[in-house]
Order: sequence, then structure tokens, then C-alpha cells
Amino acid sequence: MRKLKKFGSLLAATAIAVTGIFTTPSDAVFADDANTTYSYTYDIWGEMQSSPDAYRPTKHISGDMFEFEQEDGSMVAKNFVEPQGQFIRGNKIYVCDTGNNRIVEIAFDGKEYKGVREIKEFFGEDGESLTLNKPYDIFVTDNEEMIISDYGNERVLHVDKEAKLIKMMTVPDVTPFNDETDARKFQPQKLIMDTAGRIYVQAEKINKGLLEFDTEGNFTQYVGASPVTFNMIDYIWRFFMTEAQIAAQPKFVPTEYNNVAIDSEGFMYVTLATFDDNKYLTANPVRRLNSTGSDILVRNGNDPPCGDLKWDNAGGYNGPSHFYDVVTFDNNSYCTIDQTRGRIFAYDFQGNLLYAFGGIGNRLGYFRKPVAIDRMGDSLFVMDAQYSNITVFELTEFGELINKALREYQNADYDKSAEYWNNVLRLNGNYDLAYIGVGRALLRQEKYAEAMDYFKAKRDRRNYSKAFEQYRKEQIEDHIGDLVKALIVVLIGVWLIKKVRKIQREVRECD
Amino acid sequence: MRLKKIKFSSLISKEWLTHFGKTLKYSLYVIFHPFDGFWDLTHEKRGSVGAANFLVFLYLLLNILRLQFTSFLVRNINLSRINMWVEIASVIAPILLWCVSNWGFTTLMDGKGRLKEVYMGTAYALTPMIIIGYPNMILSNFLTIEEITFYSFFDTLSLIWFVALVLAAMMMIHDYSLTKTVFSSVLTLVGMAVIVFILVVFFSLISDGIAYFVSLYQEIQFRFY
Repeated sequence: MRKLKKFGSLLAATAIAVTGIFTTPSDAVFADDANTTYSYTYDIWGEMQSSPDAYRPTKHISGDMFEFEQEDGSMVAKNFVEPQGQFIRGNKIYVCDTGNNRIVEIAFDGKEYKGVREIKEFFGEDGESLTLNKPYDIFVTDNEEMIISDYGNERVLHVDKEAKLIKMMTVPDVTPFNDETDARKFQPQKLIMDTAGRIYVQAEKINKGLLEFDTEGNFTQYVGASPVTFNMIDYIWRFFMTEAQIAAQPKFVPTEYNNVAIDSEGFMYVTLATFDDNKYLTANPVRRLNSTGSDILVRNGNDPPCGDLKWDNAGGYNGPSHFYDVVTFDNNSYCTIDQTRGRIFAYDFQGNLLYAFGGIGNRLGYFRKPVAIDRMGDSLFVMDAQYSNITVFELTEFGELINKALREYQNADYDKSAEYWNNVLRLNGNYDLAYIGVGRALLRQEKYAEAMDYFKAKRDRRNYSKAFEQYRKEQIEDHIGDLVKALIVVLIGVWLIKKVRKIQREVRECD
Repeated sequence: MRLKKIKFSSLISKEWLTHFGKTLKYSLYVIFHPFDGFWDLTHEKRGSVGAANFLVFLYLLLNILRLQFTSFLVRNINLSRINMWVEIASVIAPILLWCVSNWGFTTLMDGKGRLKEVYMGTAYALTPMIIIGYPNMILSNFLTIEEITFYSFFDTLSLIWFVALVLAAMMMIHDYSLTKTVFSSVLTLVGMAVIVFILVVFFSLISDGIAYFVSLYQEIQFRFY
């Protein structure tokens, strides 16, 4: 009888377990427990540590969601065809539908995305019609003026809200566009406008930097060419080469940028993807340029912002990350997109990797060829040229805590920052920055020994040293009395021993 | 049957112990009087292999303890990636290679020393590394990042001292002039590289040979099953 009972309870337990297996994982792909490799960070040793999601993909925006009235009065919803650029201003998304030669304006009302209008033609000063040929990128100003790089027509258009032309920038009279032999075509790709109304254009196959146009639309100069890099051995080799051999060698030329973005302080961010695969750590694929064009990006992290640190030749994807766009946040954090593995890397203002996520694939949250990243508030919008859609990412609690902690840190409220970091640690015990953040607050609260533990755990040498210096001082100050006492005792002891020895000797000599 | 009680003193005799202590203590004399000291070390039998072994052991121990107990400001090591056997081998192997290679070359170059004496000389030369290394390891834990120079100063000092002692030892043991010592030492280093190369070649050759017979056996086995 007892045996039967036991068997019965066993059966019940199995039944529960079996139903458990078959019911839990069927729903959402991005359930917290079901996905442990989507987001990750690199730890102090450069090893991948999986992390909770800081951003979670919520939906796709595709072209067929928006119907627009055509010239013949019909309503047509067309898919995007290889879109290359997007811009977000306020709650509006402007999509450069490159393959369909149109601009699509989408508005988000807090719940739904609605098509506002599609722009296919613009009107010149005399009312003539201007059409687009492969528009590559768009920039929209505060008063909804649009600047569009018309790649196929070799020009940049600056139009107002009603699509009336303000100015047009065509091929500048400067090398290499006016070279007598082998003149380059002017093929503008990505562009931005700064607060002073100057327009910076990144054009295809131009390695002299960004083209700067003034408010009148005249070309003024190249800005921010990346310095030429070459190594000494190659240089010496060239002395022994014939003309023909040198011509066959790759030239020492600066690398060309592939994108440009502007941050809230008016500095330009550029990305580049052409560099020697083995030099990915020193290539600085994302740069922040000041007005003279020098790179002022802060790189204080364990590793420079270069995307993936380690990779295998897996699934046909090999090589370092190649960045194609960057989006900046108000707290000087920035996100970059990598086309090698379809990943998004977020860095803070010091260049520490905050989190990385994404991948190549066909599920929600994965990409094939991500080309542009922008944000609306805290949400990220990633455009994929091959899938011709935009993936929307929403910030999670984890991501929000990190943002808050960083904000408080920048406001110099270290204690509050540590509070947030502690909450981050509750969600992710492998988060190096959180340990250091907590340690910093402890250091300021003069809890040196505890701070040292936190810094040591994540091998933050500089901060550990600071905490240790204070700790050592404190310990010496506290125990200086004991030390002096000990010293006196030792001195007396030595003196006594000497005295005793002397007496012993005298006694011996007396014998 | 009653188990015979093994006495500690029967394993290590008192005479051996005193001799060991005396020869070990002699290492302190050697490091301050290298020429005189290394001459007497072998010619006057004032050193012993036991003491030399003990010095090598202390040095090995130091290298292992260093991994754990040096401040991470000085040596930032990922302890989870440490392989103890590799660490041990990386201390012992160079010492043995040096001795064998040096003995091999000096035999051809009219060196007077025997392998045992070369080993003793090298081991005794490790003494400054040991007596500076241990306190330095402890000291590192009391230093801030700016004061690490102190650590590296003592570290370098012990290394220079060691090299100088090795040269003096080889000079005295083989009865060489200074130039010949330096020349033979350089040759010794080259010889070490050659030995390592030959070992690697042998290893791959032997493993290939074994693999051949293993696959032969397997082929035959498949045939009969």
C-alpha cells in the first residue's frame, strides 16, 4: 500500500514536470529566462559576459504599413526598397526610401506609427520639378527644413517644409572632383547640419574628410581627414622597390568615413569601416571630431570602443566589427551598429562598453545589413537595408538603471549614482561598471576598505590605488601610538639583552 | 609483527643536517664575495647539491606565491587562467636547460666545471632573487600606483645581481677569463634555444610515429570486425 502511494506521488510529480516543460517556453521569444546570449558585455579580462537585455526589440516598421494617395487618386502602400538613411526629429521619422526615390514621413503618436506624407518631388525657384535619384540620407532641422543627399543626381538639396528648394549643392570645384584625369563623381551619402547652418557631407570614395558647405551652399573646405597611418617597415621597404612595385603596393592614404552624426554639444561623430583587420584595436573606428577635425573621443575603458574583442570564424562571419552608423545620447553615451555581426554596441562617455546586443538572423531583433541607427527619446530605431524595415527597440528597466546611474554620476551625485548601480548589480552581478560605480561612492563616503574590495574585484587599478592610499594613511594614523609603543618595547628589550650579556661576560671573566 | 618505528634522525642524519645548514649559509657569503665565494664553492667543497636544490625550491615557491600575493597594482593576473604545472615548468625548465647547455658548451671550450658544479653555481646565484623577492612581494601590498617604482627598482636590482653572480660563477667554476665567460654564456643561450627546438621536433616526430601505429592498428581492427 505504501509503495503504491509513493508510486502515485511520483506519477503526479512527473505529470507536473511534463506539463511544465510543454507550457512555459512557447510564448514570447524574448522572455527573460529564454534568452541569455542576446545581450552581453566584456569584462575586465576581455571575456564575454552575458547580461540582461538593456534594449528589447518591440516591433518592425515596414513600408507597407503606410498608405499614401497617388497622383491618380488611389491609395497605395509600398514596401521600402533598400532604404539607406533615416532621421528622427521629435516624434517624426523621416525615411530615405532609396530604391523608390522618395522620402517617407512617419509620425508616432505614442501608440501607433502613421504615415504623414511621402515626398517624391521638390519645386525649384521657378516652380520646376526636381525628383530624387537614390536619396541616401536626410537631415531635418528644427523648423522642418530638410537636407537630402541626392546620391544619383550628384547633388545635395536643402528644401523647406513645403518641399520648396532653398538651395542646392552640386559638385564642388575642388580636387578630386575637378581633376583633369580620373575626376571623381560627387556622390553624397550621409550628411548633417550643425547649429550654425553649415552642412557637412560624407561623399563616396572621398578620403579627405567631410565636405563642408557654408550657409550659402558654397563649398568651403574638407574637415576632419583621418591622419595617414603607415608602418616604418613598409616605409623602409619602399626604398628598395622599383617604380612598378611601388605602384602595385597599396597606397598610404587616409581611410574614408562611412557615416557622420552630430551630438547634442555640436560635435561630429564619424565612423569608418575600412581598416586592416588585425589593427582593429588601434583603428579607432568611431571618432568624435572637434571643429579643427581632430579626434577627441574619450577612450578610458579597458579596451577602446571597437565592437567585438573576441570572435571565432563561426557561421561564415569572421573579422572585427565594422561600424556603419552612430547615434548619440544627451549624456554623451553613444550606440554604434556593426555590420559584421549585426550588433549594436553602446558606450558611455568614458568609452566603457555598456552593453552589446543583436545579431545576424531573421527574428525580431536580428538584422541582415543594418545601415542606420537613430533614436526617439530612449527608443532606438535601426534600419536594415536588406530587410527594408526598421526595428524598434525599447529601453528596459536594466538599461534605464544604467542610464540613471550614469546621469547621476555626471551630475556628481555619486551616492545616488551608487544607489542605481546597486540596483544594476541586483539584475546583473557581472556588471563591472556597477562595481566600480559603487566603489566610487564608498570612496567618497570614506569607507576605504570596502571601496578597495569593490575596485579590486574589477581590477580598477587607479581607483584602488586612491582608496588604498587613504586607507593606509588612516591605518597609520590610528595605530601610530601602538607603533611607537612597540618600538619603545623593542628598544628596551635590546638594551636589556645587551646589559644581561655584559653582566654574563663580566661574570665569566671573573671566573 | 610489530611495525618498526622509523626514526626521523635515521632518515636525516645530524651530520648531513649540519653540513646542509653550513652550505646553505654559505650562499649568503657567496653573494657578497662572488669571485672568492664561487671558487671555494666547488674547489673547497663549501657548497652542496642539497643546499642548491633547496635554493631552487625557494625560488620556485617564490614564483608561485607571487602569482597570488603580489599586489594586483603590480601584476594584474587572471588567476582563473593560471596553470600551475606550466608555472612550475617555466621556472625549472630554464634552469635545467641553462645547466645542460652550459655544461655541453664549456666541455668543448676547456671548461673545468662539471654538470653538478654548474648547477650548484647557478642555484647559489639565485640567492639575491630569493632574499629580495620575498620581502618585495610583501612590500608590493603596501604601495600605491605611484610608488610601484620602488617595487620595480628592487626587482631590477635582484635581476642584475643575479646575472652578475651567474657570470662570476661560470668564470670561477670553469676557470675562464671575463670575455670567454660572456662568450660562452651567449653560446649557452643559443644552445638552450637549440635544445628546445630539438625537443619540439622530437616530440612531434614521436607523436607522429605513435599515431602511425595507432592508425595501423585501427585499420587492421576494422578489417577483422
